[in-house]
Amino acid sequence: MKLGFFLKEALRSMRRNPIPSFAAMASVLVTLLVLGVFIPVVQATTGAANEVRDKVALEVYLKPDVTDAQIQRVRDRLVNETEHVESVRFVSKEEAYKRESKRNPEAYELLGSNPLPDSFRITPDDPDNIQAIRNALAPMTPSGERTVVDPAIDEVKNRKEETDKILTATHVVKLAMGVLCGLLIVASALLVSNTIRLSLFSRRREVEVMKLVGATDSFIRWPFVLEGVILGCLGGVLAILLLAVGKIAFVDPLAEDFALISAPETMSLPLLALLLMLAAIVVSALGSGLSLRRFLKV
Amino acid sequence: MAALEQSSRVAAAPRRERPTPQVPVVELRHVTKRYEGGDVGLDDCSLAISRGEFVFIVGHSGSGKSTLMRLLMKETEPTEGIVRVAGRDLRDIGRRKVPYYRRNIGMVFQDFKLLPNRTVYDNVAYALQVTGSSRREIRTKVPDILRLTGLSTKLHNYPDQLSGGEQQRVAIARAFVNHPPLLLADEPTGNLDPETSIGIMQLLYRINRTGSTVIVATHDVAMVDKMRRRVIELQRGRVVRDQAAARYSGGEPNTAELGAILKEHLEL
Ligand SMILES: Nc1ncnc2c1ncn2[C@@H]1O[C@H](COP(=O)(O)OP(=O)(O)OP(=O)(O)O)[C@@H](O)[C@H]1O
Ligand SMILES: [Mg+2]
Repeated sequence: MKLGFFLKEALRSMRRNPIPSFAAMASVLVTLLVLGVFIPVVQATTGAANEVRDKVALEVYLKPDVTDAQIQRVRDRLVNETEHVESVRFVSKEEAYKRESKRNPEAYELLGSNPLPDSFRITPDDPDNIQAIRNALAPMTPSGERTVVDPAIDEVKNRKEETDKILTATHVVKLAMGVLCGLLIVASALLVSNTIRLSLFSRRREVEVMKLVGATDSFIRWPFVLEGVILGCLGGVLAILLLAVGKIAFVDPLAEDFALISAPETMSLPLLALLLMLAAIVVSALGSGLSLRRFLKV
Repeated sequence: MAALEQSSRVAAAPRRERPTPQVPVVELRHVTKRYEGGDVGLDDCSLAISRGEFVFIVGHSGSGKSTLMRLLMKETEPTEGIVRVAGRDLRDIGRRKVPYYRRNIGMVFQDFKLLPNRTVYDNVAYALQVTGSSRREIRTKVPDILRLTGLSTKLHNYPDQLSGGEQQRVAIARAFVNHPPLLLADEPTGNLDPETSIGIMQLLYRINRTGSTVIVATHDVAMVDKMRRRVIELQRGRVVRDQAAARYSGGEPNTAELGAILKEHLEL
């Protein structure tokens, strides 16, 4: 009986105040649309940043005249005895020559012979560990020079500048996205709660009268909270429908051409929808309930 | 007004027990109310009203009539002094208990204070809904009181679709639908033609006859003279006259008795 009554009250007030109700619903809708677009974009961007980071690698160049046994020994050492190594790939002289001469044909034609050594390309488990691997394979001597742990190894190199650039750039991208996302969520909460507060403000006289007629605080509050829940739900459902339509109509056809959009780490749409929906309901219900407190002091 | 005459329901309701004159329904002791701007609403005002009385509060605009009503509703707190209703010091009523206290008082506000998003019927029903009345109770009581106030044909109108007088009658219906033991009416005939005013006054009188204490703030001198009830006159927040007028009917408390009770309380 009580719930039915409160529900009827909530519906009545929406029917009689269509414009504030619409404004509250629209603010939920717009907010969710923006969040719904932005959250996957953030995820795709961080995913892409991570992919770039994965390209960071360490090169272990071998002496020019190494034997197969020596190559095998170094490989064993890299795979079994070195920490933070994700994978190891052997690049033979011939393979390196083929690749480099393709990049710079004239220079290599002039050379005539192959000056490149055999090498191993090491992918670290985390790009930030690349320096640790390097120190393990080529420790610093007290005099500041580098020695190598195996006589067959000539040099351990990473493309230092590039690596640093990639690492800082991806850090910045991730940080910026995080901050932006946080700001957006705060802005959304403010927008929704402000709209609700405004629409309640226009009804504070009504709340005053209810109190003078002998209504308790909770008797007045419940219909408002229910109204918030209903409007939040409506806005949420509409936003999710629009997002789904947008995804099917625009993003999915493009996804085949652009790796970024189909980046593996984006959240699935149903999960995103569920989260957005919950956020909408909680924010609008809490918003109405809390904003009302001020007007109940009659 | 035919509707008013028709229904003898309220008038015929069983009388409540005679008051124990020792405990006034309403008692103010040296009450002063200063508003924030420095305006004086009431100034050292003392008065006592017994159960079952019908009292007019008169005075110029700004003399403190509405302030008195607001204090009784616990809508504002007195700056000084004590307000007692049914022997209870209003300061002792906590914030959470205020709604329950207000349910015992029917108040007709000077500005009606109808709920704009509700029909006439729902406005009156709201006063019952807040008390948790059953739907059946609401369905019998609301049409009754609306018939009594002559609003049967306007059940589904919203307040902005009513004339001033009709709104006033809705306010009266809402105030009385609970049959509260204390009825406060602030300027209940302010917007009405003389004939309708008489109807309203008759209604208030009937309500009074069922045992409710009725306090009416008004400028309507003609009405007060015609009704011949106890009159309390305020001037700049002070009581300048408290006079028991002529007897109205046999069943009412003796005015001389009332005067004695009053003196007793005022001299305390
Ligand atoms: N909310 C308020 N804030 C400040 N001053 C107020 C407030 N309400 C009333 N007053 C002042 O208190 C005094 C008494 O006001 P009150 O409303 O009690 O008069 P009244 O007798 O009801 O007048 P009227 O017959 O015009 O209704 C006035 O001087 C008024 O200016
Ligand atoms: Mg007044």
